[in-house]
Amino acid sequence: MGSTNSTLLKIPNVEVLMQETGFSPAHIIRLHDRFKALDKEGRGHLCPQDFGEIKELAMNPIGDRIIGAFFSPGKETVDFHTFVKILAHFRPVDKDRPKEPNSPEPINSRSNKLKFAFQLYDQDKDGKISRDELLKVLRAMLGMQVTEEQLESIADRTIQEADLDRDDAISFEEFRKSLEKVNIDHKMSIRFLR
Amino acid sequence: MASSVYLCLPRAVFLLFLVIQGLSGDGNLVQNPRHRVEGNLTGLPIVTFEWHHVQTPYLVIIWVFVAGLAKLSVIELNHHVTSVIPESALLIILGFLLGGIVWGADKAQTFRLRPPTFFYYLLPQIILDASYFMPNKLFFSNLGAILIYAIFGTCWNAATVGLSLWGCYEAGVMGPLDIGLLQFLLFGSLIAAVDPVAVIAVFEEVHVNEVLFILVFGESLLNDGVTVVLYNVFDAFVTLGGPSIDAAEISKGIFSFVVVAFGGSFLGVVFAILLSLLTRCTKHIQIIEAGFIFVVGYLAYLTADMLSLSAILSVTFCGICCQKYVNANMDEKSVTTVRHAMKVLANGSETMIFVFLGVTAIDTEIWVWNTGFILLTLLFVFIYRIIGVFLLTWMLNKFRLVPIEVIDQVVMSYGGLRGAVAYGLAAMLDKEKIPEKNLIISTTLIVVYFTVILQGITMKPLVQWLKVKRAAHSDLKLIEKLNNRAFDHILAAVEDICGRIGDNWWTRGWNRFEENYISWFLMKPKARKNRDYLFSIFHKLNLVDAVNYVSEGEQQGTLAFIRGDEAANVDFKKQFDSEFGDVMPDIMVDMSNYENFSITSIVKDTIPSVSLDIHGQDRKNGLDDFNAHHLLQQHLYRSRKHHHHKYSRSQFGINQSEDEVQEIFQRTMRSRLESFKSAKMGINPAKKITKHHKKELTHKIANGHPDGTGHLYGDEVDSAVGSETGAVSSTFMRDMYTMGAGIENPVFLSDMDSHSQSSLPWLMETEAVAPSQRAQRHLPWTPNRLRRLAPMRISTCSTDSFLMADVSLTLEEHEEQPQTDHEEIRPVFD
Repeated sequence: MGSTNSTLLKIPNVEVLMQETGFSPAHIIRLHDRFKALDKEGRGHLCPQDFGEIKELAMNPIGDRIIGAFFSPGKETVDFHTFVKILAHFRPVDKDRPKEPNSPEPINSRSNKLKFAFQLYDQDKDGKISRDELLKVLRAMLGMQVTEEQLESIADRTIQEADLDRDDAISFEEFRKSLEKVNIDHKMSIRFLR
Repeated sequence: MASSVYLCLPRAVFLLFLVIQGLSGDGNLVQNPRHRVEGNLTGLPIVTFEWHHVQTPYLVIIWVFVAGLAKLSVIELNHHVTSVIPESALLIILGFLLGGIVWGADKAQTFRLRPPTFFYYLLPQIILDASYFMPNKLFFSNLGAILIYAIFGTCWNAATVGLSLWGCYEAGVMGPLDIGLLQFLLFGSLIAAVDPVAVIAVFEEVHVNEVLFILVFGESLLNDGVTVVLYNVFDAFVTLGGPSIDAAEISKGIFSFVVVAFGGSFLGVVFAILLSLLTRCTKHIQIIEAGFIFVVGYLAYLTADMLSLSAILSVTFCGICCQKYVNANMDEKSVTTVRHAMKVLANGSETMIFVFLGVTAIDTEIWVWNTGFILLTLLFVFIYRIIGVFLLTWMLNKFRLVPIEVIDQVVMSYGGLRGAVAYGLAAMLDKEKIPEKNLIISTTLIVVYFTVILQGITMKPLVQWLKVKRAAHSDLKLIEKLNNRAFDHILAAVEDICGRIGDNWWTRGWNRFEENYISWFLMKPKARKNRDYLFSIFHKLNLVDAVNYVSEGEQQGTLAFIRGDEAANVDFKKQFDSEFGDVMPDIMVDMSNYENFSITSIVKDTIPSVSLDIHGQDRKNGLDDFNAHHLLQQHLYRSRKHHHHKYSRSQFGINQSEDEVQEIFQRTMRSRLESFKSAKMGINPAKKITKHHKKELTHKIANGHPDGTGHLYGDEVDSAVGSETGAVSSTFMRDMYTMGAGIENPVFLSDMDSHSQSSLPWLMETEAVAPSQRAQRHLPWTPNRLRRLAPMRISTCSTDSFLMADVSLTLEEHEEQPQTDHEEIRPVFD
């Protein structure tokens, strides 16, 4: 696009953003276009209703949770930086990144991806997925035919499998351990954000 | 079942054939039908055998019937066979058998796939079907890549294959042939084109990602423009003869490409506009709407062919452009009719094409075997396709935001299948000008068989082998299964948030232009209003609430106001009959005798069934485990990830099951509406309680929940609906969310004053919302009085996210009083 540089300049702190997230300028521009499209009134930030406009999200059983993940606790708006940073979680992992000992882990590292997923379950942010929270997620993702008792039994078994320290909740470490065989890089990456 | 199929069908087919052979052996007299009295008559014939009268149509229909039987036998065959060999290959093989039978009976191939039949009667509906169901957004967002592949790829293929073959001929590998360079190029141009029929047939079995699919598929459709031009140009050159070709002719050739391709597309667009206008105007005679699609589509094809423009491009663009408007304008039933009919026609044509491709092979007249020519052709076609694809992709990837991976390129090059179009073009060659026509036909047939059968069979294993790294070996634990599915949902959601297609200035500008001008011109006003998507969802939810209301009422035995009240029924019918009778006839019928109406489909069984086997404690764990896994397997909602296929020959609307979608929708929208409601009404907890029906008092005023967990939307409705526990907590509304304060179930508001100017959106004016197909099927009509529907929330953030199209009535009143007490915030639809 001919207006690449000018568009980039309009975004504040774009250098820092690209550094932190690892997105290329082309991607930043694309995301910026998307941000502007969602932000119909041009306020410069998004609120939940703007996400609500996305039709397909209503079809998603955990769509509302994911929307919630964009909004930090207490805030009701998402600015462009936060938007991009959250989406950066879904970048495919850079296989050939040089390992610098002092730099912080990139946003799209395996463990950060897992943390993002963990937060979707752990709504009250106490670092553990309690039985109730698990029940809620199960309820959202399972069809109506499943009764309460079946739901509870599934939740109980799930916790039993993963819970190693027997506190009837799943901590982040336990969560990570239970998913070590799963290819998180593949399951939580979007190709076109490479 | 399978064995009986094995036995019966071939026999039936065989017998049919013998009959036909016997019959068609008779004279070819075609007399006027019903003229029974012939020459030498000695007595009054009671019944006569009149084969001549029906010969032509009978043969046609018999062949269609046989092709249908062939498809049936192919599908019903052992599944193991069909999963390895694609249908198209099996059909060709079956065609061989049939051809053998005909050959055996006649010693000559009486039934051949003749080019006019193919090009005018079999091909158009396949292309129309493909374009009508084309995923437009995907197509247009990848249009650049598709065009590059179609134009440059085809030219590259044609040139390289032709030139290489000529080179080999000159080198003497093929022995003595009566062919020149131009004829080689002609051959190259007809063999170069990737065939849409074959591509669809094979890729249907192989699930690849949607971008890859659209690239190959789009290429196969659009390369017709190039193929037609190249073919005609080289045909003309061959006729002109070598010496008279100079720069002028060549430049004319290039110019003709522009004219043919763009002319064909433009013609298609013109016909699409015509079609949209036609469907816009049919209000009272909706039964013939469906017919127009086929007629106009076919007209587009023939007109383009008449003007020697690209007919396939014309039909393609006709279908692509008219989809949206036609679907919006037509009656629901017509839409369904068109979809089904298209699929039937396309399937039928495809089957016939493949069967005939097989039958045509069994003919000693056409076969000329030249080892060098044939083998070299196969080799070159294969290799140059691979080279071409990789070269073009390398260039494209420099400009694409999402690079096309190597795996995709391999599949793309392997998926360059040739099919009946190439054969048709070869059969149309003039024997005078091209003495080696039979050699060309033989080679074309061999290439087609090779690609369709061999490459078709090996495509699936190839794809699987290339992706083989992700195989899951061990049994997944519950948590892994759950998380896998959760990840799928997360990915789908983030993809939607990112906007897979991209939202640059051009797409937005085009969308705006299209919405304002084109839709205004081509769409019915009613349809334009219904485009407001959220409004229609809201409407659906209201209907569901209405149903719940009725069922609740029934359970409590307070349906007197509906049952006994004649006035209500009469009003209802009178008001709606004229305006909505055509739109919602089914619902009318339902309502008229609702004793028979079962709402159990909507209202879930509220009695939880004890499903766990509680025999003994020791066995409990094992059984629990099994049950839990089984439950997860059965009931986890599928995400979009599991439905890659955007286009399929035999199915449309591939999506999650209707119920699943509805459930998720309802839940999500309900929770959103709830949080909005609470945001508005949460400020005034006290006043609400007193005003209403005692039933609402059971709602829990959970003022003590600061953290927003446990969303207590309308517990009465929960019990009615069954299992919603508000799991989808709208966390983003957390801060505005004062728990449950005063969320009485709006369903049970008891003001039943009759307000005749109902502000139910579908009662407002004559032009109102037509409930979607799903609403019509699943939900009953609501009685006139139904009012407790959830109030429209006026969002404080954006002005129109959840507002309905017809803002007029309700919202002005509420706009000014967002924070007032409850009396003002009554349900909107009174």
